[in-house]
Amino acid sequence: MSVKIDETLTVECETGNYHTFCPISCVSWLYQKIEDSFFLVVGTKTCGYFLQNALGVMIFAEPRYAMAELEEGDISAQLNDYEGLKKLCIRIKKDRDPSVIIWIGTCTTEIIKMDLEGMAPKLEWEIGIPILVARANGLDYAFTQGEDTVLAAIAHRCPEPEFSVRERKETIQKFFTFHSRKKEELVEYANHPSLVLFGSLPSNVASQLNLELKRQSIKVSGWLPAQKYIDLPSLGDGVYVCGVNPFLSRTATTLIRREKCELIIAPFPIGPDGTRAWIEKICSVLGVETQGLEEREERIWESLKDYLDLVCGKSVFFMGDNLLEVSLARFLIRCGMIVHEIGIPYMDKRYQAAELSLLQDTCIKMCVPIPRIVEKPDNSNQIRRIRE
Amino acid sequence: MKLAYWMYAGPAHIGTLRVASSFKNVHAIMHAPLGDDYFNVMRSMLERERDFTAATASIVDRHVLARGSQERVVDNILRKDKEEHPDLIILTPTCTSSILQEDLQNFVDRASIISDSDVIFADVDHYQVNEIQAADRTLEQVVRYYLDRCHRQEKLDKFLTDAPSVNIIGIFTLGFHNQHDCRELRRLLRDLDIEINQIIPEGGSVEDLQNLPKAWFNLIPYREVGLMTAMYLNKEYGMPYISTAPMGAVDMAEWIRQIQKNVNILALCSSSKRVDYEPYIDGQTRFVSQAAWFSRSIDCQNLTGKETVVFGDATHAASITKILVREMGIRVSCAGTYCKHDAEWFKEQIQGFCDEILITDDHSEVGDMIAHMEPSAIFGTQMERHIGKRLDIPCGVISAPVHIQNFPLGYRPFLGYEGTNQIADLIYNSFALGMEDHLLDIFGGHDTKEIISKSLSTDISLIWNPESRLELSKIPRFAREKVERNTEKFARQKGIET
Repeated sequence: MSVKIDETLTVECETGNYHTFCPISCVSWLYQKIEDSFFLVVGTKTCGYFLQNALGVMIFAEPRYAMAELEEGDISAQLNDYEGLKKLCIRIKKDRDPSVIIWIGTCTTEIIKMDLEGMAPKLEWEIGIPILVARANGLDYAFTQGEDTVLAAIAHRCPEPEFSVRERKETIQKFFTFHSRKKEELVEYANHPSLVLFGSLPSNVASQLNLELKRQSIKVSGWLPAQKYIDLPSLGDGVYVCGVNPFLSRTATTLIRREKCELIIAPFPIGPDGTRAWIEKICSVLGVETQGLEEREERIWESLKDYLDLVCGKSVFFMGDNLLEVSLARFLIRCGMIVHEIGIPYMDKRYQAAELSLLQDTCIKMCVPIPRIVEKPDNSNQIRRIRE
Repeated sequence: MKLAYWMYAGPAHIGTLRVASSFKNVHAIMHAPLGDDYFNVMRSMLERERDFTAATASIVDRHVLARGSQERVVDNILRKDKEEHPDLIILTPTCTSSILQEDLQNFVDRASIISDSDVIFADVDHYQVNEIQAADRTLEQVVRYYLDRCHRQEKLDKFLTDAPSVNIIGIFTLGFHNQHDCRELRRLLRDLDIEINQIIPEGGSVEDLQNLPKAWFNLIPYREVGLMTAMYLNKEYGMPYISTAPMGAVDMAEWIRQIQKNVNILALCSSSKRVDYEPYIDGQTRFVSQAAWFSRSIDCQNLTGKETVVFGDATHAASITKILVREMGIRVSCAGTYCKHDAEWFKEQIQGFCDEILITDDHSEVGDMIAHMEPSAIFGTQMERHIGKRLDIPCGVISAPVHIQNFPLGYRPFLGYEGTNQIADLIYNSFALGMEDHLLDIFGGHDTKEIISKSLSTDISLIWNPESRLELSKIPRFAREKVERNTEKFARQKGIET
């Protein structure tokens, strides 16, 4: 099965046996990012053992994550799963008191058709803590797509514009400082529609992106996910959203369809070329003129010179496991490397459209052939191709 | 349903995969969804294996869920057969796929008609057994398969070797210090003039399994894995086995004496001479192993009467308890294991050596027990090591579950006479380093001089506004000061003041 985009960019699907990590691995970085969350993975020993090895040392710090381990009685539906989950959530509330509990569905819950979405609202009402359900299972998704399903679930809980969750608590306080604050903000930012960025990044990286946009007089209204669940940004009609990670196609779709936001499709801020294209696209959609981007990009490339000399002319083959491959390949091609093949578990052609076209442009600019993209590659075939 | 943070033993399919990847030229196929094949990563990460692991997944996805695997599993088996030409292919489900209840045995039967390699279905119930029990069962299943077949084809050579020889059963990949222990056992057996017939499964070939009965007897260093195989060989072929763990000076002597007994019984029927290993035991215990001498020294006498807690798999926990009490004079307030299925044996072994016994696989119970006992040292698994860190009690790691630390590049066996030295070191260092900290605390600090101001020049003080203070606070504490200083230095160079 092959689809051609333009004459030269080919995308194939091999449907082979390849290796990637289970999507529940997203728990390992999301629980650190969202500081008042608790992740409950409903699965079996296999899932638990995997996370134990993946989280390594962190698991001893008793992080805000736990396994609800399904035993034989649960699988054969002898025990009441609602009561089981209720008992665990009450304990979690007592021990950790999170602002939100996120249930992560696994392959097992899919097969036994456990109705997590049905039980969550009821339990939420009973114990008084928001409960979200994200199905991050290996039957449908790969690795980083786990983050995609979690963010899509969180997106539903974002408030309407005008009132954010925190603002509801602080309206009175704000009233008095309203005037002086507004004046400061007007000086620094241009007038443009609300912009929310989505994707989980370490907070210092997120700050850097905020600052880059600030240089262009663009204010970021919020991030999804925010550092704290109670600080979720407002979403709705008229809010513009833009993703920072290439694997967030489901979140993007949810934001467009359910929340009625406008999606800005840009290449992803990976590498100085990607970052510049990302900023440019955002600015153009929001109607703001860019300033000094070219020089900034040049300066960054200058500072990378030593590394560039090391990699120039060398070749790379992406076997594919984390869905970031297209952006990484594009960046490395811009650095002067040759990319033979890009293996990737899944690629949403619409969400990554801008990235794909930047890939083509970069290849033309650097005078290298455009690598073929293989979805769901087969590792043994790839090893054979590498040897050839 | 139970709330679990940590498990001592992994899921069943990991045990099966460990057996499969320990043998040479055996390929494992997992009937599993994406992501269940993290075993490959564990091997390259922990065991530092250089090659690709011979385990692939026959992916279970939505199609399989809807329509069944149909041809996919059989195709995958046949494909591996053609690509890799293994001697044996083992098909194993994982927790998820075993719920699907597909007839995997049927797929195996169909594939084995066409394929050149042998194909077996690893028959383990994922909800009843854990990693260790699954490994034991799968090993027995593989051995049984080959021996039964040879027996049926009447190709079995049941004549014993002329010179005394043994099989070592139970050395695995991803086992706790297994590779080092194996080397030590080889050395010992060479000293005792006993040949090694086969070591399974690590590095063994399934084609050679038919020669197992030629050895005089079997050695099972770790009873958790290998015992089932030994019992099978004993029942079908009358092979005696020794399942004492050769750990610690006293048990080493016992082990060698058992070997002596077995050799001498069979020497009557063969042309070999009788042996007497007493002088060897004496020499090794008193001179080659430093542990026995050390335990009489004043350094070690300091530890007499100190209290410890021991926890781990049955073999190691029992042996370490006995070593601490019998050989070093240290008290064991509580000893325990997570091998619940072997509880009876464990209790019997350490009866009289410790005050209390704890059999559980719930790490929080172990944590509570340690907090309650307040020992001077803990000897346990990685989990106990972290419990020790939290409670400020030193801990030595003596058992799986494993961590990268337990695959040292250097030579560190737990078995044999070299093992007694390693264990003595481990025990002593755990106590000593703990005491160092206490001494420093008592006598006032790790650094007696005031740290003189680290800043370059303090005449211009820089202003940090709230936003930047916030950024700084996101940096982990141990790096923060350094980052603060570097930022200020950069600012001064550029002539920035805030």
